[in-house]
Amino acid sequence: MSANKLIVEGKLADNERLKSESNFLRGTIEQDLQDRITGGFTADNFQLIRFHGMYQQDDRDIRAERAKQKLEPLHNVMLRARMPGGIITPKQWLAIDKFADDKTMYGSIRLTTRQTFQFHGVLKPNIKLMHQTLNSIGIDSIATAGDVNRNVLCTSNPVESELHQEAYEWAKKISEHLLPKTRAYAEIWLDGEKLEGGDEEPILGSTYLPRKFKTTVVIPPQNDVDVHANDLNFVAIADNGKLVGFNVLVGGGLAMTHGDTSTYPRRADDFGFIPLEHTLAVAEAVVTTQRDWGNRVNRKNAKTKYTLDRVGIDTFKREVERRAEVAFEVSRPYEFTERGDRIGWVEGIDGKHHLTVFIENGRLLDYPGKPLKTGIAEIAKIHKGDFRMTANQNLVIAGVSKAQKAKIQALAEQHGLIDPSHSEQRVNSMACVAFPTCPLAMAEAERYLPGLVTEVEGLLAKHDLAAEENIILRVTGCPNGCGRAMLAEAGLVGKGPGKYNLYLGGNRAGTRVPKMFRENIGEQQILAELDELIGLWAKQREAGEAFGDYVIRAGIVKEVKVSVRDFYD
Amino acid sequence: MLLKDLSPLASPLSEPQLKALQQATAELSPAQAAWVSGYLYGVSQNTDVAVQPAAAPASKLTILYASQTGNAKGVAEELLDSAQQQGISAELFNVADYKPKNLKQETHLLIVSSTNGEGEPPDDALAFHEFLASKKAPKLPNLKYSVLALGDSSYEFFCQTGKDFDERLAALGAECVVPRVDCDVDYDDDAAAWGKSALAKVQETLEQASASVVTLPVAGASSHNFSKKNPLEAELGLSQKITGRDSAKDVRHVEIDLGDSGLTYQPGDALGVWFDNDPALVAQILQRLELDAASEVSVGEETLSLEQALITKLELTQTPGNFVEFWAELSDSKKLQKICADKDALREYAANHQVIDVLLEKKAKLDPQQLVDALRKLSPRLYSIASSQSEVDSEVHLTVGVVRYQQGEQGRLGGASGFLAERAEDAANVRVFVEHNDNFRLPADPITPVIMIGPGTGIAPFRAFMQERDAQDAEGDNWLFFGDQTFTQDFLYQVEWQGYLKSGLLTRLDLAFSRDQAEKIYVQDRLREQGEELFAWLERGAHLYICGDANRMAKDVHQALLEIIAEYGKQSVEQAEEYLKSLRTAKRYQKDVY
Repeated sequence: MSANKLIVEGKLADNERLKSESNFLRGTIEQDLQDRITGGFTADNFQLIRFHGMYQQDDRDIRAERAKQKLEPLHNVMLRARMPGGIITPKQWLAIDKFADDKTMYGSIRLTTRQTFQFHGVLKPNIKLMHQTLNSIGIDSIATAGDVNRNVLCTSNPVESELHQEAYEWAKKISEHLLPKTRAYAEIWLDGEKLEGGDEEPILGSTYLPRKFKTTVVIPPQNDVDVHANDLNFVAIADNGKLVGFNVLVGGGLAMTHGDTSTYPRRADDFGFIPLEHTLAVAEAVVTTQRDWGNRVNRKNAKTKYTLDRVGIDTFKREVERRAEVAFEVSRPYEFTERGDRIGWVEGIDGKHHLTVFIENGRLLDYPGKPLKTGIAEIAKIHKGDFRMTANQNLVIAGVSKAQKAKIQALAEQHGLIDPSHSEQRVNSMACVAFPTCPLAMAEAERYLPGLVTEVEGLLAKHDLAAEENIILRVTGCPNGCGRAMLAEAGLVGKGPGKYNLYLGGNRAGTRVPKMFRENIGEQQILAELDELIGLWAKQREAGEAFGDYVIRAGIVKEVKVSVRDFYD
Repeated sequence: MLLKDLSPLASPLSEPQLKALQQATAELSPAQAAWVSGYLYGVSQNTDVAVQPAAAPASKLTILYASQTGNAKGVAEELLDSAQQQGISAELFNVADYKPKNLKQETHLLIVSSTNGEGEPPDDALAFHEFLASKKAPKLPNLKYSVLALGDSSYEFFCQTGKDFDERLAALGAECVVPRVDCDVDYDDDAAAWGKSALAKVQETLEQASASVVTLPVAGASSHNFSKKNPLEAELGLSQKITGRDSAKDVRHVEIDLGDSGLTYQPGDALGVWFDNDPALVAQILQRLELDAASEVSVGEETLSLEQALITKLELTQTPGNFVEFWAELSDSKKLQKICADKDALREYAANHQVIDVLLEKKAKLDPQQLVDALRKLSPRLYSIASSQSEVDSEVHLTVGVVRYQQGEQGRLGGASGFLAERAEDAANVRVFVEHNDNFRLPADPITPVIMIGPGTGIAPFRAFMQERDAQDAEGDNWLFFGDQTFTQDFLYQVEWQGYLKSGLLTRLDLAFSRDQAEKIYVQDRLREQGEELFAWLERGAHLYICGDANRMAKDVHQALLEIIAEYGKQSVEQAEEYLKSLRTAKRYQKDVY
C-alpha cells in the first residue's frame, strides 16, 4: 500500500490552521471574554470554544427582527457537559437545575442524544460562572464538541447492575484516556495557573483529530447508544454476568451533506474481539490511526468512516493491531434487539428499583400543568441513588430503595413525569434541538416532533394497528444528524423551512441505514406519504413484521447494505 | 469671467474638474448661479460643510458575495484572485459590510449570491436585498454588472436571490454584461466559466471607463428659508424600534426625507418636529368635558373647531403648573388644591401628568373657549440629529425615545414621540425645521481626537459625527462612551458601532449597562476607570462632547471629569474647574443636554 493513499495530500482545511495556531485550544478566548462590544466570539475563537464544550448560537426566531433593530444577533452559548455514561448525582442535579433557572435564557435543561445535558442560552458574562459552577460539583465540558473524542456513551442498563457498573467504569476510563491534555480549559474558565509551555497531546496531537470522533460502550441486546452512529464502539461481552472483553466496531457515523454524494451515513465494521486489558490501547490506536490517516484536506470526508472506505477496512484494522500490539480475535456472538428505553419501573438484580421517565425531546422545563423540571428537582432533593441520562434523551431515576419507591412515584406523578397517555409511538420518536438555537438547523425538529407524532398516532389508529405498534420515527434539523434519523425506520432530515427528505428502511435494532424515499417535501406530503405507507404495511405485513423491514421486503426502497455503494444507488 | 472661457492653464482646476464645473453650471438660472457662488464660498471658508464635492469615481471592479455556508464566499475570493492576476483593480466585500448607497458610484459590479431554503436571501444579504427592492435604490445607468447565482435545484425557488439581484439591477438601469448563470450544487465548472467571461467583459470596459467625469453635486433650486414658523412638510420614511423585544424602553430610529427642499443641516444640529395630538386623546378630553367637537373657538387670530384646535394647536401632553391651578380652582378639587399649595409638589405633579389626567381628577364644567384659553400653545420638540448629509444625502435621522407610561389603568404616550412612533407613518408627512447649534460641532481639524459621551438617546449626534468623520476620512481618533440599561436589549445602533470599530474609524468604545450586574454601572464609572487614558487624550487636544440627560447624567459626568483631571493632572479641584472652563472657552468641551 502506498503512503499516498493513507494520507490525503493537498491544501489543508482552514480548521487545521486554526487548530495549529490555537496554542493548544487557547486562541484569544480570554480577550474575547473581556470584549464588551459583542456578545459573541470572534474569528477562530468561535470554533475553538467548541473544544471546550460550547457552541455559539443565537435566537434565530428573532434574528431578522434584531437586524432591523440594528442589534447583533442575540448571541449566547450552548454548553454540552461531559458525563460519560450519563450518570449524574442528585446533588449535581440540583446545582445544574439552579443554574438553568438563574442564568440561562430558556430556563431549561436539555437531555440529548449524547447522553448528557445541555444548557441553552447562556450570555457571555455568565460563561465563566457556568464553568466554575460545574467545576464546583465535579463536572466539566472538555471536548464534548470539536475535533476530539466526545462524550463517551454507555448503555443505560440499570437491571444488570454489576455488568453496567463495569461497562460504565470503562466508559469513564476511555473518556479520561482520550481527553485533551492541554491546560487551556482550566486556565481560561477556572482561572487556573498559567504555566509557560509544556503542553503536550500525546494521543490527539497538537492539531487534534481531523474531525469529531464518537465512542460508545454498549451492552447487548440493548443498542440504545446507536453504535452505528459512532466512530468507535466497545460491545460488552459477558460471561456469566461478568464482563470479559469487547467486540470492537469501527467507522459508524450518520453525518452527510445534502447534494454531496461523497458523503453518506455508514454502519460501523466489526474488527473482532479483544480481552479487557487491551481496551485502552485499542481505543488509543483507533484514535491515533484516524488522527494520522484521516482526511485533513476536505472536512466533509474527514470522519473515520471515510478513512475506512478510502484505505480499506483491513488496512485500517492491521494498523490498529500494530499500534495496539494486539491481534483481534474472532468476534464473539451478540445480538442487538432494541434501542428504546424501558419506560417505568424495573427491579435490578441488586434489589434496587429504577424508574425511567420519558421526557419528550429531552427538554426539561416547566410546562403548563406539567412542571417536569421542578419534578426532577423535587425528586433530587430526596433521592439517594443517582440519575442516568439515556441516549434516547430520557432520564432514569436509578437505585431507589424499596422504602423510597412510593414517595418517588408520587412526586413523578404529581409533576407529570409519569404520563400513561404517552403512546409507544411517542416514546419511540426522537428529534434533535434545531430551531431556534441551533445555527445549523435548516428545518424545525424539536418543535415539529410532538405534533407530527400526534398525526402519526392518528394514522396508526386509522389503519387499525394495535396500540403497541409503532414506527421508530426521528426528525433531525440538518444532515449532520444529531437526531439520528439515519438509523430510523422513518427518518426526516431537514432541508429548508418546513421541508424534509424522507428516508425509509432502518430497522428496530438500529443496524441498517435507511434510504431516501422522497426529497424536499412539506408537512402535508409527509403525512400523505406516511398514510399510504402505513396503510400498505397494515395490510401486507407478515406476522410481527416491523415497518422498516416491510418497506424493504415490499421493494418500496432498496436495502442499503454497503453505504458507499448503495446509499445513493 | 465666464466658466466656458476658462482654460485649465488659467485655473487651479484639472481639465476633467473644469469640464465638470462647466457642465454643472451651464444650465443654471441667474438665481441658481448666485446660490452656487454662495455655496462655493462656504466650501472655501469652512471644511465642515455637509455637502462635499464627490470624489472621482474610482475605476475599479467591486465584487460582492452573499454567502450562507461559505460557498459563495469561496467563489468570490477566487474571482478576486483572478481579477488581480489580470491586472484589474478590484475590491471584495461581504454584502453585509457593503454600503448600498455606494452603488451609485460603482461602474463594474459582480455579485456571487447563494439562496436560502425557500428562496429568501442569506442572512448577510437581507439588508442589501431589501435596499435594492426599496424606493431608496438609486438609478444605476452607469453600472455594468453580472450575477452568479448558487443554489440547489431540488428547491422550488432555485437561485432566487441571484435572480432577484439580477432583475433589480436591470430595473434600476444597470447593464448586464454577461448573462446570469444559475448553478446547482456542483457549481465549480459553471462558476469558473462565468468568472472567466465576466472578467473578460470587465477588463474590456473598465479601460474605456477610466477617463470618467467628475460630478459636482448641484443642489436643486433652493429656497431653504424653512423655520419654526415655516416648517417643511417632509416625508417620514421609517420609524423603526431599535431596542430589543425585551427592553423596558421603546427607542425609535426615525428617517425623514427632506426631498429636494434644499433644507440642509450639519452634524450637531437639531431637528424641530411639529406634531399633532392623538385624536383618540382629544376625543377622550371632549367626552370628559362634555364639549362639542365642532364648537368654534379662536386660537390667536385663527378660528377653528375645538377638535382641530386640540389636535393641532394646543399642548395636551405637557402640563403647565398654571393649568393645574386653573383646574384646582374650577373643579374645587381638594387634592389638587393641596398640591398647588406646595411649589415642589406642583412641579412634580405637572411633570408627571398630562392634561387629561388633571381633568380626570375631578369633574367641572367650562365652555370651549375657556378651555382653549387655559391651555398652552403647542410647541415643536427638538431632537438631536443622528445623521450626516454626507452619508444620508437628503435624509435626516433621529433617535427618539418614546415616552410611554401607565397612568393607573390608562396608557399615556408622549406628544411628539408618540406621533413619530405611532401615527406619523399614516400621516406620512411631518413638519420639520432645522435648529442650528454652533455650540456642538466637530473640530475643524480632522486630526483632532474626539471623546463622545452619549448614554441613551444621547447617542444620536455621535452617530452623525461618526458618519461625518467617515465621509471626511478624518484621521483623528474617536472615543465613544455609551450606556443604557442592558447590553442585549438597549445597545443603540450596536451593529453600526461594531462596523466602525472594525473599520478603525472608532478607536475605542466603552460601554456601561446599568442592569446587567448586581451593582449599577454608568458611563461616569467607565470614565473613572479610563481616567488616565482620558486625561492623556485631553492633553493631546481632544474635544469632549456630552449629550443626553441634563438632570443627572451630565452632572455626574462633569463631576467624574473634575476628579479625573484633578487626579491625573495632579491638580486641586479648583484648578480642575479652571481646566474644564478653559476647555469650554476653547470650544473643546461642548454639551447638548436636555
